[in-house]
Parts: sequence; C-alpha cells; structure tokens
Amino acid sequence: MKQVPDSKGFYGQFGGRYIAETLMPILLEVESAYDETKADPEFRQELDALLRDYVGRPSPLYLASRMSEKYGAKIYLKREDLNHTGAHKVNNTIGQALLARRMGKKRLMAETGAGQHGVATATAAALFGMECVVYMGEEDICRQAPNVKRMELLGAEVVPVSSGTRTLKDAMSEALRAWVAEVDTTFYVIGSVAGPHPYPLMVRDFQAVIGDEARKQILAQEGRLPDMVLACVGGGSNAAGIFYPFVDDEDVQLIGVEAEGYGLATGQHSASICAGRVGILHGSKSFVLQDDEGQIKNAHSVSAGLDYPGVGPEHAFWADSGRATYCSITDDEALEAFHELTRLEGIIPALESSHAIAEATKRAMQASEDAILVVNLSGRGDKDLDTVLAIDHGVKGDAE
Amino acid sequence: MNRIDSFFQSCKESGKKALVGYLTAGDPDMEQSEANVRTALTHGVDVLELGVPFSDPTADGPTIQAASHRALAAGATLPKVLDMVRRLRADFDQPIVLFGYCNPLFSYGYADFCRDAKRAGADGLLVVDLPFEMTPELQDDADVQDLVLIPLVAPTTPPERAEKILQGSRGFVYYIMVKGVTGAREALVTDLAERVDALRAVTSLPIAAGFGVSSGDQAGEVAKVADGVVVGSALVKAAEAGQLEALVTDLRRGLDGG
Repeated sequence: MKQVPDSKGFYGQFGGRYIAETLMPILLEVESAYDETKADPEFRQELDALLRDYVGRPSPLYLASRMSEKYGAKIYLKREDLNHTGAHKVNNTIGQALLARRMGKKRLMAETGAGQHGVATATAAALFGMECVVYMGEEDICRQAPNVKRMELLGAEVVPVSSGTRTLKDAMSEALRAWVAEVDTTFYVIGSVAGPHPYPLMVRDFQAVIGDEARKQILAQEGRLPDMVLACVGGGSNAAGIFYPFVDDEDVQLIGVEAEGYGLATGQHSASICAGRVGILHGSKSFVLQDDEGQIKNAHSVSAGLDYPGVGPEHAFWADSGRATYCSITDDEALEAFHELTRLEGIIPALESSHAIAEATKRAMQASEDAILVVNLSGRGDKDLDTVLAIDHGVKGDAE
Repeated sequence: MNRIDSFFQSCKESGKKALVGYLTAGDPDMEQSEANVRTALTHGVDVLELGVPFSDPTADGPTIQAASHRALAAGATLPKVLDMVRRLRADFDQPIVLFGYCNPLFSYGYADFCRDAKRAGADGLLVVDLPFEMTPELQDDADVQDLVLIPLVAPTTPPERAEKILQGSRGFVYYIMVKGVTGAREALVTDLAERVDALRAVTSLPIAAGFGVSSGDQAGEVAKVADGVVVGSALVKAAEAGQLEALVTDLRRGLDGG
C-alpha cells in the first residue's frame, strides 16, 4: 500500500502531472531537488530542529475526557491547533521553504482558502527572509479577514482573486497562472496534497510528522493502536499526514470526513470523493466535482479550507482501494461540533476540524466504551469567529 | 495525408507563412461563434485552433478565460463544438485543431472523443495540460483516428527535453514564445531566432510561434524566423469588438509581406 506513487506520480490510476509544458521543467527540478533533500540527514536535522523549537512539536495527543464520557468511547485529539500559526499547515511550509532556499529561490508563492496555509507560508518567508505572495479568493478574504491581516503583517502580498467562485479553487488556478510567468524566481508552495507530482507526495511527507507522533503517543498512552483515526478532508493534507503512518496498520480504520455543506442532495457541498467522479483538475487525476460535460462544479462549505471541488490523488487511491473510508458532515453538524468542543473541552476548533469532531462523536456513540478514536484537530478556530458569530446571529455569513 | 501535413508541405513549396488562428468555440454563443470562425477562415486563417471551453483554464490569461466562461454560460458543450466542426468542414478545407484541457475530453472518453472529432472533420488535437510524459494516455486513441497531437515547446523547455518531445511528433511544433499565460503583449521576445534555430536542429517539423502576437507587424516579425504564427487572444478580442475581419486581414498582410 505504501509503494506509491510510481515514477510519474501515479497512485494507481490517480495523480500524475497534468500541467502546461512551461511548468514541466520546474516540476522536474522540484522533484529532483526534493529527492536529494530527502536523502540528506542535514536537511532532516534542520527541519526537525525548526519543528521542535519554532513550531512547538511534538504537538500533544490529548484525551478529551468530557467529550469521551458524553459519547462513550475514548476520543483523543491530536493538537495541531497548538502549533505556531495555529494549524498543521506550518509543518509543510517550513519544509518547502527549506527546499526553496536550497534551490536558490528567494520568493515564495501560495494559494490559500481559509488563510491558514497563506499565513504559514508568509511565516516561513519571514523566517527565511524571503518575499511572499499569496493568492486568495475575494470571498475567502471576506470570511477570513483576520488571516489576511496576519499575512500582511508578516510582509506578504495578498492578491485577491475575483474569477469563478472567488474561493480556493480559483486561488489555485490563479497561482498556477502566475507561476508560469515567475517560474525563474519563485517557488510555489502548495498547501494541500493536491496539484501535480511531486506536490501530493511532498506535502504528505512533510505532514506525516502528525501521524508519526500520534502513533507513538497513543502507543505510549494506551499501549495499543487506535481503532479509528479521523480527519477532515478538503484537499486532504492534514488527513494524509495523520493517515499515512497508519496505512500498514490494517486494523486501524482511517476515516476521512468531507464537507457536506447544505447536504449532498442540494449539490452545494465539497464532498469530492463521496459525490464526485474521476477527473483532472489542477494537475492531477482524482475525484472531482464536475458536471456531465466535465466542467468543474462550484464547491460549497461553511469552512473555507474545505471549500474545494477536488481532493488529493492519494486519498482517491485509498478510497478506491478501500484502505480509508470517506464520509461527509454538513455545515450545521460541523457548527454544532464547533460549539460543543468549545464548551466541553475549552478548545475552539477550526470549522474545518469541526467536521472531523462531528464524525468522531457519531462513531463514538456506535463504538464500544474502550474503543479508541484519534481525531486530528488540524487547526484552531479563532479565524472563524466572524463566520460563526454571523451564523449564530442569524446573518448569512457565507454569501454563495 | 493528414490536412495539417499537406498544408505545411504546400507552405514549404510556396514559401507561404502560416496563420494559425485561435477562437473559443461557443463564445459568445454557438451561432455567433460559428459566424466568427467562418469570417476568420474566409479572410486568411490557414489553420483553425478551435478552443473547447473549460471552466478552469489554468494556462490562459483573462481574455480567453472570459471567452470560455461566456461560452459555457451560453450553453456550449463538447458535442455542440463537434457539430460546429462538422458544419465548418462542409465548407472549408483548412486544417482544424481542437484546442483544450484534459478534463472535458477525459469526461467524454478519449476513444469516443477521438472517433467523434475525426468524424466531424478535425485533424489534430492540442491539449494544454497534457505534457509529453502524459500523452501516452491519449496517443493511441488519436493515432487510430489519424488525429495529430500537436507538441508544445515552451521557453523553459531545455534543448534535450525539446528533442525528446519532438521525437516522433507530427504536424507542427507550437512554440510558446513567452513565460506566461495566453494574452496579447506589447513587446515580443528578443531571442526567438535563437530558439527557433535550436528547435530546427532537433526537428524537421514546421514551427509556429505564438503567445502575445496581436498585429500584422508583430506577425511579420515572428514569420521572419518561424514557419507560422499563432494568434489567439487578439482574435478573441477582435471578434468581441466586431473587428475580426480587419485583424485577420492585417495579420495576413504582415505574413505575406504586402
């Protein structure tokens, strides 16, 4: 199961490199630089030291005892919300920025939905004294205003994207367009396990620190592996990061939670695996929300970070092979979980992570009392307060 | 012989420079789009690149993005584009290349698409997001139908990679002159002659250069070194402004040295 991807970046039938010729040479360059870097112990040492001293790793694995008591199983939270910058995204941006520096690039570029990846890239750029430009949909700029401010404070230029749905999909399209013109100077830091090879592989590897730690921590705390590992899936980086180290542990159920938005039946959701079909978007073949003509459909989710009509190719491969299962949680269920975790545990989760929490509570109710669930709490919810407050006050916080 | 090959063969004999013209099918609607294409073919476009609209054209600048979105909003679909090719083929002999992105073709099914495109009268395909490493997934279906897969070479493509891309390629080479997305530009690149020479060292295929050309004078400059010039965004804009005939005539003047 771990013998993927192949040399062309395919995970079974998924993945690949569907990208304009202008970008192919740089992708091949990134791939060979990454291969060299991976094998270099100095790189690993430098990255590990930064993850420890700068990001604050390892992040704790916390037994949410009141939540566990209420739902009747042991629910552990992998506290990626406690990382510097407040989400898992920084694990990857530090890694890619180090790689960019090795390749002699002095400028980082990123796309962002919720703004967490943009903030994490801007942070890495500040840390290494690099320039940074972040593409962000206008809709997301509105609903994630605090993160826009943070990126600007960190010295990044935030470029509003007004095409299409003005969300993550269009931000990524625009970043790809910009990269074509700036390919000599700029390293594109993709934040998800999506895009053309080697990005899905590279991002998964940098995020696998989450699962590596969680696996050791649960063995230390419980003396056995968990029954289930759950994570939300938009593009799927936090899920890939926590799943991957458990892939060969066949008894551990891996559960990816997609955003069901207003419900699958309404067509307004972001559940690419649950409700999409195989297609090609942003450089790789995977499950994609599309119409009968192969035109990409607009996604919807209350959480900007999950509001994306595609998903990383390795998730498609895991779904297809049955190694992981994927389900979906509506906006309303996620909001309920957001409030519940806040009140029961004193932890305000990101709306993205709230989807995984909501699914965990459902599974816990059906599981035996000694079942162990590990949930990736991929980010903190401070950035979502405006959205949640607007909804709580009956104002529509997310214009479609 | 495929129409693309025979056309460039005749160019070689007569010394004619080729005008490869792009228009997005279905922009602003199917009817007007077909009228525009007929105008272009009547007034001097030698090879038609007919754009299959896609919702997320990541290699295109604002002009062709907007054209694609107008076309989709007006109900353009791949079957309708193929119907248009069929009607054009009844009246015109110029080679037609369908130009687009993978997903609409993949969704239609590569084999079915190649069969139907050929039946409609298309001669070649240019798939922007299917680089050389990925072409095997489409190549056989295209070969069976004698549809030429037009190879793309970019300014970032190193010489040894260009050689690999062009080995066994057919039709003509589409050389992308600038690092960037499609769109009209004021100034053209300065190293075109060098680049084209380097390509000639590894291929005997005719070379058409494009990206940024918007006037007869620019086309004339490009044609000094290339066998043809590709014009896209400028034609799309001219069609929108009702000046398509004027632009095609001007491009023709630039290429024919009139």
